[in-house]
Amino acid sequence: MEQLQQLVAEARERIEGATDLKALDEVRVHYLGKKGALTAQLKELGKLPAEERPAAGQKVNEAKTEVAGLIEARKEALAQSALAEQLAGEKVDVTLPGRRLADGALHPITQTLERIEAFFGGLGFQVAEGPEVEDDFHNFEALNIPEHHPARAMHDTFYFDAHRVLRTHTSPVQIRTMEQQRPPLRVIAPGRVYRCDSDLTHSPMFHQVEGLCVDTDITFADLRGVLSAFLQAFFDRDDLATRFRPSYFPFTEPSAEVDIQCVHCGGEGCRVCSHTGWLEVMGCGMVHPNVLGHVGIDAEQYTGFAFGLGVERMAMLRHGVNDLRLFFDNDIRFIGQFGQTG
Amino acid sequence: MRISVQWLQEWLQIDETPEALGHRLTMAGLELDALEPAAPAFSGVRVGHVVAVEPHPDADRLRVCRVEAGEAEPLTIVCGAPNVHQGMRAPVAVIGAVLPGDFRIKRSKLRGVASEGMLCSARELGLAEDAAGLMALPEGLEAGVDLREALGLDDTILEVDLTPNRADCLGMRGIARECSALLDRALHAPEWPEPKVSLEARIAVESGDAAACPLYGARVFEGLDAKAATPLWMTERLRRAGVRPLSAIVDVTNYVMLELGQPLHAFDADRIGDQIQVRWGKEGEALTLLGGDQTVKLSPQDLVIADVERPLALAGVMGGADSAVSDTTTRVVLECAHFAPRALAGRARAHGLHTDASHRFERGVDPTLVAQAMARATQLLLEICGGRCGPVAQVGESPATHGEQAIGLRSERIQRLLGVSLEAPEVERILQALDCRVERAADGWTVHAPRARFDLEREEDLVEELARVHGYDALPQTLPKPVAPALPATGLRSLRTGLSRQGFHEVISFSFIAREAASAFYPDVEPLALANPISSDLAVMRPGLWPGLVTTAAYNQARQQSDLRLFEHGLRFVPDASGLRQEPRLAGLLGGRASLENWEGEARRLDFFDAKGVVEGLCKRVDGTLGFRMERHPALHDGQSARVLVAGAAVGWVGRLHPALCERFDVEPVFLFDLDAAAVTHAPVAQFTPLSAYPSIRRDLALVVADTVAAGDVLAAIDELDLELLQDVRLFDVYQGKGLNPDEKSLALGLILRAFDRTLGEQDVAGVTDSVVQHLQAQFNATLRQ
Repeated sequence: MEQLQQLVAEARERIEGATDLKALDEVRVHYLGKKGALTAQLKELGKLPAEERPAAGQKVNEAKTEVAGLIEARKEALAQSALAEQLAGEKVDVTLPGRRLADGALHPITQTLERIEAFFGGLGFQVAEGPEVEDDFHNFEALNIPEHHPARAMHDTFYFDAHRVLRTHTSPVQIRTMEQQRPPLRVIAPGRVYRCDSDLTHSPMFHQVEGLCVDTDITFADLRGVLSAFLQAFFDRDDLATRFRPSYFPFTEPSAEVDIQCVHCGGEGCRVCSHTGWLEVMGCGMVHPNVLGHVGIDAEQYTGFAFGLGVERMAMLRHGVNDLRLFFDNDIRFIGQFGQTG
Repeated sequence: MRISVQWLQEWLQIDETPEALGHRLTMAGLELDALEPAAPAFSGVRVGHVVAVEPHPDADRLRVCRVEAGEAEPLTIVCGAPNVHQGMRAPVAVIGAVLPGDFRIKRSKLRGVASEGMLCSARELGLAEDAAGLMALPEGLEAGVDLREALGLDDTILEVDLTPNRADCLGMRGIARECSALLDRALHAPEWPEPKVSLEARIAVESGDAAACPLYGARVFEGLDAKAATPLWMTERLRRAGVRPLSAIVDVTNYVMLELGQPLHAFDADRIGDQIQVRWGKEGEALTLLGGDQTVKLSPQDLVIADVERPLALAGVMGGADSAVSDTTTRVVLECAHFAPRALAGRARAHGLHTDASHRFERGVDPTLVAQAMARATQLLLEICGGRCGPVAQVGESPATHGEQAIGLRSERIQRLLGVSLEAPEVERILQALDCRVERAADGWTVHAPRARFDLEREEDLVEELARVHGYDALPQTLPKPVAPALPATGLRSLRTGLSRQGFHEVISFSFIAREAASAFYPDVEPLALANPISSDLAVMRPGLWPGLVTTAAYNQARQQSDLRLFEHGLRFVPDASGLRQEPRLAGLLGGRASLENWEGEARRLDFFDAKGVVEGLCKRVDGTLGFRMERHPALHDGQSARVLVAGAAVGWVGRLHPALCERFDVEPVFLFDLDAAAVTHAPVAQFTPLSAYPSIRRDLALVVADTVAAGDVLAAIDELDLELLQDVRLFDVYQGKGLNPDEKSLALGLILRAFDRTLGEQDVAGVTDSVVQHLQAQFNATLRQ
């Protein structure tokens, strides 16, 4: 039995000396294989007296178990170190820049339009569209702006011939909508509009959103409520002060211009608001009975409100853009600043 | 309109600060543009009386003056102004005075003579842009009085932006009326003495069109002194209103216009005939306008004032040079008339003119002012220029003070429009304060608007007046009754977002482009041209979106931004036989590297297939099979240009920008696509198809075909077979070269097979493979590559 202990000690030494799985397996075969040294010890048992056999057998089995355990442990250790070696070899510099697609972005005007559409969509306003090359009737006549009306001079119209113009506002879509649909109506009409004017603060092309709401019970109070709520939502400020000033548009009566508290200085007065504390952002009013009359809607039965806003101005205020022309230069460094996340 | 608060106070009491008054006006629709002081800040300036003028002992140009300025002894002041003379009154800045620009007056010596102050010009006091000499003050002013007090310079000017409907406020009288309504304060119209008529002389007048000119008055003056000095109070008021004083006669007409809102015109009676006609112009007639710089050709659309021989003035716009008053004028015919807005609409503009008179008449001048303004101007002329006047020769009847048209105003309508009812006394107070005649009626009121208010024609106009004066912000705010929300159209939105996630920047370029650019890209289209383009670069409506994208690419490339993916959505404008097609397009441009520059090495350059891949992605959900057909486009590279087809119909293009255009537009190679936005955005709603639970099998084939065979045709041919088990075909290699004839190529196809009811076996695979190989053999003479 001393031999047995020696065998185990020897095996332990050889197991610990095995540096790879192959060497370890040779050790296993040498001791535990069919012809292995420990297996041979079992075969020796027959030579012992019968009464000694169980105890001796147990001893041999214990030795075998011990050696097998040592082999398993060594195997595990070798696997661990092999894995560690592999991982070490696969190490990367995690500070190198990641691999990804180039960033793109929607134009800030589009994003502003989507924001506006989302608000009004929630109030049941459908999006309507109309042509940009428009006829004189829809752009002016039907909106109660006859030829030689002083308001025409304020429009700086691009024209093609005696009857066709580039629409100067999105208001003709009001007319086109009412020609095709009967009240109740709730529509907004976003789009490009054109004025023959170009300088630091005017672009010959810009964007407006027109809104129209006609039903049997629409009041000026509704107009004020909807637009105040819109402006507060648009600028993410539920305490944003708004004010409605009487104004004049041929196609609304009463008419108003809407000012918001200057979002730059909070109403204190600054360069952005010309030191008034207010910024003019929209024009609006109750649809003029003549306009309803032009499309055959009974102004006694129905009332409605209409509004229009300049999209560039809203985008400039929301994003702090200080030069109108940036919107149309299309420098990708500019557009890229409005990239969406998520 | 510039409003002097001091002047306004002549009409009604103003207790408010100028800021508060301006705010009240703004909130009533008369938007305050600016507030400015009538004179810049200065102090220590008094009325000086020059009692003696002596030459300077050492300087020819300087004079030594003795000036009474309220001190015990007259001050000695050295002065270089050419107009200084004994007896004149002029502003004097005494020692310690501070003039505009923080200019301090100190004791000084000028060429050896001590000067105890400075005599001032209007410019030095910031009261005029330029001045020829000292500012002459009227005789009546007491020497030594502070000049600001003497001239009432502590006044504020409110500059108000008037909307075109408020012509009634283009005179102090109208502004005062408005303020009286807004402040609920009585109006005290100043009273002026009736002028004394002491001449028989009169001029014959006739109006050839009573609708265009319903009222025309003219009065003859004789013995006027045209060189009389306009009194300082008047020049000050003109100045504060932004009107330059010219000569007494003209100043009076301008003053009355500013005071009452009624334009007037003075003719030199010696330079016109003895009969005045109001008539329409005739072809061939011309008129040289005041100032003599401009001669206009008249037409039958121009209303003119004429004598028997020739036109004298463009009615309600501007007088003629020939008949204008001058320094030597002694006899004057003063015109005061009413012209209908309709008759003058657009005429000044047609001649490139815009005058104070046309501005007012086009918007509407109160016709009852004709008599009042004539009386006021007469009184002022006689007072300032002396002389005598005859009676007014007038055609037309002076109208009643209020419009004949009765406007019904229902209290129910007020409620329906404003969402709140107003108390009857409030309604009546507001309308009466605005000079309306108001009577109670069964369901509200009957209202007659004052003549001055051309904008009050119907019930809604009155409701606006009520709301306006009551204050918009004092009215309630509500929300209309809720309705179902409107869902946004998702087609375009998701395509746009998808593009932006693929690295595309959305651009918005002008819808008008240079004619040359249009014809370079779209030589077959005659573009729609603007009649009044802003520049030749923005002259025609774009027949497509590529010129804008290419220009944008060049702009960015010039800024070291060459890796570009751009897209735009917008209309193209294509004139055709049936009119004009305005069609939404979705177009894009790609150029530069295929991926971000990084540490792994040089990135691939974008090419045709990147552009095509984008198109394939955009068309993934179109209604019909997507196809591409090699076809030439004038703007595209001959060998890299394809039509995009959906269900066989052309919906767009994809290709490489033609090298000639690259050079012309100074742009590096780029790839373009252009799609009918309607075709790609109106995708049918996705419908579910079941998924197979069984595995798929892939079998790869390499087929050799002639070099001329289009890969797309091969794929289409396999598709034609409509094999049930064939789920997908992947073209994973195209090979030419070693092992093949020079006119051959090998296409490597991966066939993906799958069934819905079982796992496929070798027999199934062989069946499909054989069908494909046989079909391609028959169609393209394809052979399996050995």
